[in-house]
Amino acid sequence: MFIIKLIREKTLQVFSVLIIVYLMLPLAVIILLSFNKPKGRQNTSWNEFSLDAWTNICRDQTICRAFSTSIQIGLLVTIISTIIGTMISFALIRHRYRGRGTTSLLVFLPLATPEVILGASLLALFLNIFIPLGFWTILLAQITFTISFVVVVVNARLAGMDPKLEQAAMDLYATPLQTFRYITFPIALPGILAAALLSFSLSFDDFIVTTFNSGRIVTFPIYIWGAALRGIPPQVNVIASLMFLGSLLLILVASLISKNRRATKV
Amino acid sequence: MSIAQESIITKPTRRRIKRTPYLLILPGIGWLFLFFIFPLSTLFATSLQKPAGISPDDGFLPAFKVSNYSSALVEYYPQFFRGFLYSGIATVICLLLAYPIAYYMAFRARKYRNLMLVLIVAPFFASFLLRTNAWKTILSGDGIVVGFLNSFNLLPQDRILNTSLAVVAGLTYNFLPFMILPLYTSLEKIDPRLIEAAGDLYSPPSQRFWKVVWPLSIPGVISGTLLTFIPASGDYINAELLGSIKDKMIGNVIQSQFIDLRDYPTASALSFTFMAIILVMIYLYIRRAGTDDLV
Repeated sequence: MFIIKLIREKTLQVFSVLIIVYLMLPLAVIILLSFNKPKGRQNTSWNEFSLDAWTNICRDQTICRAFSTSIQIGLLVTIISTIIGTMISFALIRHRYRGRGTTSLLVFLPLATPEVILGASLLALFLNIFIPLGFWTILLAQITFTISFVVVVVNARLAGMDPKLEQAAMDLYATPLQTFRYITFPIALPGILAAALLSFSLSFDDFIVTTFNSGRIVTFPIYIWGAALRGIPPQVNVIASLMFLGSLLLILVASLISKNRRATKV
Repeated sequence: MSIAQESIITKPTRRRIKRTPYLLILPGIGWLFLFFIFPLSTLFATSLQKPAGISPDDGFLPAFKVSNYSSALVEYYPQFFRGFLYSGIATVICLLLAYPIAYYMAFRARKYRNLMLVLIVAPFFASFLLRTNAWKTILSGDGIVVGFLNSFNLLPQDRILNTSLAVVAGLTYNFLPFMILPLYTSLEKIDPRLIEAAGDLYSPPSQRFWKVVWPLSIPGVISGTLLTFIPASGDYINAELLGSIKDKMIGNVIQSQFIDLRDYPTASALSFTFMAIILVMIYLYIRRAGTDDLV
C-alpha cells in the first residue's frame, strides 16, 4: 500500500519535471547554438565552439537596428497599455456598475481572437482610411492586444486583496485619494509590474499582428522571419539568450526583494 | 464581497463612486472600440468589396458581393478543416500534459510552486520564432529524437520535420503554457479539505478525483481550452516552419491572401468566417460560465 502510494506521488513529480524540461529544451538549443560557429549559413547543427557572436553582436547592423526598434516599440506599448489596462482592472474589481459584464466581454474578446484576424482587421482599417503603415500602426496594433493581458494580470492581484484594508483606511478618515495612494496602489503594484513585464515581452516577441501592420519597419521578430530562410546568424541567438536570461534575473531579483520586505516587516 | 460590506463603502460617497468606474474604463473601452470593434466591422465591409480593375493595385470598390464568401470557402475549406483539426489535436494533448503538472503545482509543489510558475512562463521571454526554429534542430533527420523513433520503426515517413506530426507537436509546445496557467489557477482555488473530507468518507482516490477535483476544475479546463485552441487554430508559423506545403492551415491562407496576393476581399471573407466560428464558441462558453470568469 505504502509503495503504491509512493509510486503514485513520484510519478506525478517526475512527470511535472519532464514537462518543465520539455518547455526548456528549445531554450537550451537557442543558448547552445549562440556559441556555435555554423558551417554554412544555417545555424541549425553543432559545428565548432566560438565566442564570435557574443563578442561581435552588432557585426550585422540590421540586427541591432531591428533590436532597438523593437525595444522602442516595446517600451511605448508597455507604458500605454499598462496604464489603460490597470484602470480597467480597478473598475472591474473595485466597482459594481452597469455594463461590467460588457466590459469584461470586450476585454476578453481580443484574447480570444486569433492573431491573424487582429492583424488583418487592423490592416483592413488602415488600408480603407489610407493611414500609411509603419512605426505608429505597429504601436496601435500592439497596444490593442496587450491591454487585455494587463487586465488579466492586474485582476488576479486585485482580486486577492482584502477589501477590509481599504475600509480601515476610510474609517480612519483617509480621503479616497489617500486610500488609493497609501493602501490600494502599493498592494496592486507587484501585479502592475508583472503586467508591464508581460506586455513588454508580448510586444517585443510579437510577429503575426506586427507583420500585418509594419509596412517597411523591421522589428526583431520580422528580421528573424526574414533570416529564417537564408539562415539565422548566431548573433540573433545571443540577443535572445540575453533577453531570456535578463528577464529571469529580473524576476529573481524582484521576488528576492519582496521576500526581504516581508521578512523585515514581520 | 457580502452585501453588508458593500454598503459600508458605497453609502457615504455613493455619487462619486457611481461615476468613477466609467471614468476608469473610458480610455480602454474607447481604445478597444476604435482599434478592435471598428476594424472588425471594416473587415466585414472589405469582405463584400469587388475589385475595381484587374490588378490589386487598382483598388477595390464598396459592394455587396456575398459570393466572395462562397468562392473563398469552396476553395479553402481543406485548410479551414486542417486548421481546426491540427489545433484540436494539439489542444487535447495540451490538456493531457497540462493537467498533471497543474495538479502537482496546486496541491503538492509547496515551496517549488513559484519556481515552477516562473519556469513555465520563461519560454515567453525567448523569441517565439526562434523557439519554433529550435525544434527544427531537435527534430532534424540526424538528431536524437528521429534516430530513436526510427530504430523502433515508429515513424511512417522516417522523418518528423515537414510532416503534420511536426506541426501538431510545434502547436502543442507553443501553446502548452496557455493551458497550464488557467488550469493551475482554478485547481489552486480548490480547498484541499474537500478532498480530505471525501477521503474521510471512504471514497477511493479515483472517485475523489472525478467527483471532487475534476468538476471544480471545469472553469479552468474550459478557459485553458479556449486560450489554447483559438490562437493555435489561427497560427501559421508552425505550419510554415515545421510543416510541408500539404500542411498549410487557415492562418497561412489568410496571411498569404492579405500580404502576398493582396486579394483583400477574399482574405477578409475568410477571416470573418473564421471569427464568426470563434464567436459562436465563445458564446457557448459564456452561456455555460457567464461573463464573470472571463478575465
